Amino acid sequence: MDGIRGPAEPTKHNARTIAALTSNPGCARRRVLDAAGVDKKALAEHLGAPAPFGDSPFALARGNVFESIVKANGAAELIRLLREMLDLSLPEVAYHALDNVAGRESLDTRHRRSVQLLREAARSAEDSGTLFAHPLLRLDVGGRAVYLEPDLIAFQIAGRFHIVEIKSFPVIDRRAEPEKVAAAAIQSAVYVMAMRDFVASLGHDPEIVSHDVVLVCPRDFSNTPTAALIDVRKQLTTLRRQLDRLENLDSILGVLPPGLTLELRPDSTGARTRPVGELDEALKHLEPRYAPECLSVCEMSLRCREESQGRTEALGRSVQEQLGGIEFASEVLSLAAGTRPPSIHEEEAARMLRAAHRLRSQCLGETA
Amino acid sequence: MTTLTALARAHAVESGCAQPITTVRHVHVADRPFACVPLALAGEANAPLAALVGDERERPRLLVVHQPRDRDQRFGFAHRMGQLFQGYIARFPSVVQERVHESTRPVDGPQLWVPNPRSTAFLKLFGRSTRYRSVDGPYPVEETVPRLGRWLTQFVHEAEYPGQSMLLEATTVLTQHWATGQSAVEDAHLPALMAWLLTPDGMNGRAAALAAEDPVTHPPAGPATDPTFDREVLAPAMAAYDAASNPVARRTAKERLESALRGQLAPTWDLVWQAIGLMRQLPPGERVVKRWVRDVRSNQTFYLRLNDGSPPQPKRDGAVAAARRLSRLERTQANYEAQRAFDDPLVMAEHRLAGNAFVGTVVEVEVDRFTGKARRPLIKVRTDDPVSLVSGTVLDPRRERQKAEILEVEQDEDALIISLELAGGMGNKTKEPPPPRSLPTEGEEVCYSALSDEFKRDGDFPSLDETPWTHGGPPVPVRVTNEDVQEDWS
Repeated sequence: MDGIRGPAEPTKHNARTIAALTSNPGCARRRVLDAAGVDKKALAEHLGAPAPFGDSPFALARGNVFESIVKANGAAELIRLLREMLDLSLPEVAYHALDNVAGRESLDTRHRRSVQLLREAARSAEDSGTLFAHPLLRLDVGGRAVYLEPDLIAFQIAGRFHIVEIKSFPVIDRRAEPEKVAAAAIQSAVYVMAMRDFVASLGHDPEIVSHDVVLVCPRDFSNTPTAALIDVRKQLTTLRRQLDRLENLDSILGVLPPGLTLELRPDSTGARTRPVGELDEALKHLEPRYAPECLSVCEMSLRCREESQGRTEALGRSVQEQLGGIEFASEVLSLAAGTRPPSIHEEEAARMLRAAHRLRSQCLGETA
Repeated sequence: MTTLTALARAHAVESGCAQPITTVRHVHVADRPFACVPLALAGEANAPLAALVGDERERPRLLVVHQPRDRDQRFGFAHRMGQLFQGYIARFPSVVQERVHESTRPVDGPQLWVPNPRSTAFLKLFGRSTRYRSVDGPYPVEETVPRLGRWLTQFVHEAEYPGQSMLLEATTVLTQHWATGQSAVEDAHLPALMAWLLTPDGMNGRAAALAAEDPVTHPPAGPATDPTFDREVLAPAMAAYDAASNPVARRTAKERLESALRGQLAPTWDLVWQAIGLMRQLPPGERVVKRWVRDVRSNQTFYLRLNDGSPPQPKRDGAVAAARRLSRLERTQANYEAQRAFDDPLVMAEHRLAGNAFVGTVVEVEVDRFTGKARRPLIKVRTDDPVSLVSGTVLDPRRERQKAEILEVEQDEDALIISLELAGGMGNKTKEPPPPRSLPTEGEEVCYSALSDEFKRDGDFPSLDETPWTHGGPPVPVRVTNEDVQEDWS
């Protein structure tokens, strides 16, 4: 694994990148790259096919503004919402900001501080309504510890922790964009999982971390926060399965040539010196499973799209299915025109394609 | 996605050219459409940044919000857009004067074009954020603002019904008529889609589409802007505008901002008009005009409501309204599907491939066949299509009033022989032979399917006042309050 990455530091995962692991689980290339901690962004750039997405500074600014509104005055506004939603009847709520102090603390120190406070909260028998802002949790991903920073963890009377996720997309007339809610749910599930692992390590029942996460968003066109509970049980199962698979790569790794590496060999100035041709060769051993959906989530997507040129998978899963799962567009056409006899397992698809071809030619006045 | 469309995509991959998937156009293209290309500020709920609007390709009107977080500027934008759009609608006597009756005569009416579905979603929210604004009280707005909100809501709501041509999205309309050699995800990017349809000489579609993915030469069609443009051009230009301390500096900063935004919008504006031009070249389907007349009538009804003091559209439908809407959606969908197939052999071919329709030759006709006193001729049709129908009523769009009941389906070597009992559409006189051409004759090619374009009555729903308590009781009438005007806006 380390050989594949080379001497570079493994890239740091965060909730978003871990959540992304669930989007195309069948892709061996991505699984190996992620498990090895390869910097996919740098790799794609060096290959001349940089990731086709980015964040607008306006979106980032808006996210930060909204988060600071929610957390202002010891999260007063949020506590009001939580009281309504979780029946948090306590008059007082303690608020611990666990953010980086003066930018000097190491991740490890911050993590230790978070652990200490959360341990006390989990052990405490009394009903202490407490909010922890930006605690640093740890999760094992592909055999490596990853630090995660949820927006907030709420601890409430019934003895359950709730992950609070603050997002700046609006909820308008009680509706939000489903894709955005889905993305927030899977990211929150990552935090729930990390928190559960943590309380389990203290000997508590992991279930004291609720599978209902609190999603806080701006309401309508305002900056006023509104909150909703989201059940992330399904996302937890999916995540667990993907993380387990990440550790079980033996079947893929076993067939890789020894010494395979994707290192970029930066020189002393940081310029990448690895010949692109060599990388191309190395990548060939890691089979991608490209789908158009990759374009919005995976840094390597443009590169993989290039490789899947001429294949029906590049047209989308539903198109590929309609074409009977035939791998190449050229094969589809030769089967449809009847210029190539189908193999035994292609017969069904070929019959359908020939019928489609006949009808299409009839209607467009072409010769069949 | 049907097999025929998927096959067309495979053809496009191999040939490098987009492939037709219809033989006619299934939308109406108005004589004077109104195009609207909006841009929104990233991260905000629904902050308009700029738009190019208008009904003349050569004279787009640029609307800019120089500081999108400023509420007054935002409603100033709505006011100017409202003036232009309502001025446009006022030019149609079909909406604001005459009474249009159900007819198949083309009428001139308003039609809104946007680049893509995200633009529609943006206009929907923009309608929501403006239609409850009030002309008095705190933060008053011009009368045009709530009226624009209600018009936009009308267009966006009606656009949910299949087959309408009131609001057309360029990417949606084009992909309903052509298949490219890329995926639906890539087709959603208007520049890449148009690169397949209007490929420059000497290039193939794929190469042209790849070139069109460069956001510097081909800005995204909005409403989301390119993040790099935001960072490198827009943010500094806005900061300069905010920092300008004297009128001269302010004007320079304003011009810089406007020219940057125009640069992002103009390519999309041209693409939308090219899309309109492409669609005009296709011959319209026979039943398109019937649907278009319905669109114009809907706008006319809406216009009357707008002027008789009716409240704005509610935030959410009440129980009865929602049930009615769903029922209408279902009926419209079924009719549209049938009309598309009846108008277009290539669409009918999809139904044939799926086994729900067949084309064949009449091999036998028994005219004088009676059930009681009613004439019930029998025909036998020989077809090569993979028919999966075994019983039920089918009809041929060329004899829409004549129902055919499937009696028997027999295998005849590679073909099928289907026996059909015909009823209706052949005159009322039992003693005399049916009028010429009212019945299929031997050797004629016929096309039968289970599709039907029959008028279906609206279901029975209680009136609003009689909404049962199980469904929340009668809905509270929409009142325009200033409640959300007070909110702290982002």
